[in-house]
Amino acid sequence: MLRAVLYFPLFCLVLLSASFSARAAMEIQVIGGAASKIAVAWVPFQAMPGQPEPTLTAIAGDDLDRSGQFRRVDVGGMQQPVAPAQVDYGVWRGKGADAVVIGQVAALPGGRFEVRFYLLDVIKQTQLAAFSYTISAAQWRATAHLIADIVYEKLTGIPGAFSSRIAYVQKQGKRFELRVADADGQNPRTVVRSDEPVISPRFSPDGARLAYVSFEDKKPVVYVQSLRDGRRSQVAAFKGSNSAPAWAPDGRRLAVVLTRDQASQIYLINADGSGLTRLTRGGNLDTEPVFSPDGKTLYFTSDRGGSAQIYQVALGGGEPRRVTFSGSYNVSPAISPDGRHLTYISREEGRFSVVLHELASSQTRVLTDTARDESPSFAPNGQAVLYATVQGGRGVLGTVSLDGKTRTRLSESGVDAREPAWGP
Amino acid sequence: MNKIFLPVLLVLTLSACGTTPGTKATVEDRTGATATTAATAGAERAGMDGSGVAGSALPGDQYAGDPRKDPASPLFKRSVFFDFDSYVVKPEYRPMLEAHAGYLLSKRDVRVILQGNADERGSREYNLALGQKRAEAVRRALAVLGVSDSQMEAISFGEEKLRNQGTSEADHAENRRTDVVYGDE
Repeated sequence: MLRAVLYFPLFCLVLLSASFSARAAMEIQVIGGAASKIAVAWVPFQAMPGQPEPTLTAIAGDDLDRSGQFRRVDVGGMQQPVAPAQVDYGVWRGKGADAVVIGQVAALPGGRFEVRFYLLDVIKQTQLAAFSYTISAAQWRATAHLIADIVYEKLTGIPGAFSSRIAYVQKQGKRFELRVADADGQNPRTVVRSDEPVISPRFSPDGARLAYVSFEDKKPVVYVQSLRDGRRSQVAAFKGSNSAPAWAPDGRRLAVVLTRDQASQIYLINADGSGLTRLTRGGNLDTEPVFSPDGKTLYFTSDRGGSAQIYQVALGGGEPRRVTFSGSYNVSPAISPDGRHLTYISREEGRFSVVLHELASSQTRVLTDTARDESPSFAPNGQAVLYATVQGGRGVLGTVSLDGKTRTRLSESGVDAREPAWGP
Repeated sequence: MNKIFLPVLLVLTLSACGTTPGTKATVEDRTGATATTAATAGAERAGMDGSGVAGSALPGDQYAGDPRKDPASPLFKRSVFFDFDSYVVKPEYRPMLEAHAGYLLSKRDVRVILQGNADERGSREYNLALGQKRAEAVRRALAVLGVSDSQMEAISFGEEKLRNQGTSEADHAENRRTDVVYGDE
């Protein structure tokens, strides 16, 4: 029997949850979805008394629901196998299932659990994956997301992004909180609390640090903060405004926007604040830089053509090349992990929407039907875009699939959420 | 007057330095009014209306002592408003900016912060850069009038500190502005 035993290093998550308080979590709504969905039967894992709630299958099943690519097969009244040998494939085939997930949770000494799960292909009657984890209760949700990632990858051929994290800024009254949460919006931890605005959080490529812009010094200053120990430093606090941090793929330096030479211009700077070099020149407004995945070029927003458009410039120098041409306002570019797509905000007839732009063909598609969208960023697997919009007069976060057909809302009642960024 | 004023300015400058925020300090800035800071972690802001730091404990009549506080003086005017999608200082602001330039030329140790703002429509970072353009426009106007670069800093709040939260054209217009804020107030 094929079986791999893996022990995943989950210490980061444990450290984070130890140092930051969690409060009311987000609710998730899923709208729409793909026309043909993969049918998965999530057989409830054989449970142990005292195991955390909700169940692993509930959390992982919700993850797959949000992708819009899966549907759940009703498992009510069915037998509940815990090992592959107990699975009657004909029965599951009769229920319309393409795949079955089974498993069990066993209690270990010291409040730990052993989780075993199997993913079985109903059509081919083969085992697609089998894993075992020894975890603490604090690693419960993370384990469910890992299971969802494995199921997603085995059934679609694309890595899952359910174990990734998001950052966003929450405004409550006059207080601003920079928060980091799981990709499903659950398990939020506050990493910065301030009476002054915080904008533009960006995860370092390894997910261990956040760069952001804080106004606590009575002007915009770029900070980099460790998510492990909360320590932070000012990376750019030059005369004038300092903003729009973007990590280079190697995590060693950032692009930032400074006004020390008057107009807003793009500079490169090491993550420790040393080695400042200027990248763009001229008196135009250049901002919102983002590195291409190969680290060789930057996309950015500029008014150099008379309206806000997205340009690309090589780090080695040379003239910026204009990328967007339709409309008079295309801003906030983000690039997909494979470098093939841009997403940005486009204004059309007074509406600000999320657009997907295929770079090879220059074909664009409007992904959203809301009017005040901001700050799009790609999932680490490139399969969805996270963005902010306004609903019922307050800021909410949402995701949308690349075909625009599946949208989710991650919302927490009574608070304003904005400035989201999807991290590793 | 200078002899009375300089020690006062020095004291104010020093006290401002003393309250430079630490990593966890909370900071409040009422745009166009006096900015003050609270020094310790978790401390709430103090003196946010302009009365906390600069207004009290000055001997004598304030209007006589500080022309910037005299409602009749052009120095009392602190905001330059801009048309939609415009970054040009309109001629009507010339008397006001000449007065501020004259004041800064007469007091070389006084610094001024030019805080640009934008309305809330569109990207926060792009709006930050638009606010910066408005701050730079005022900075350049003062530079032309002879004010030294070392006395000025142009910064932007973008759409982060809207004076008017409304969404009408008039509300937006009120947010498209640069405020002249003195470092010693």
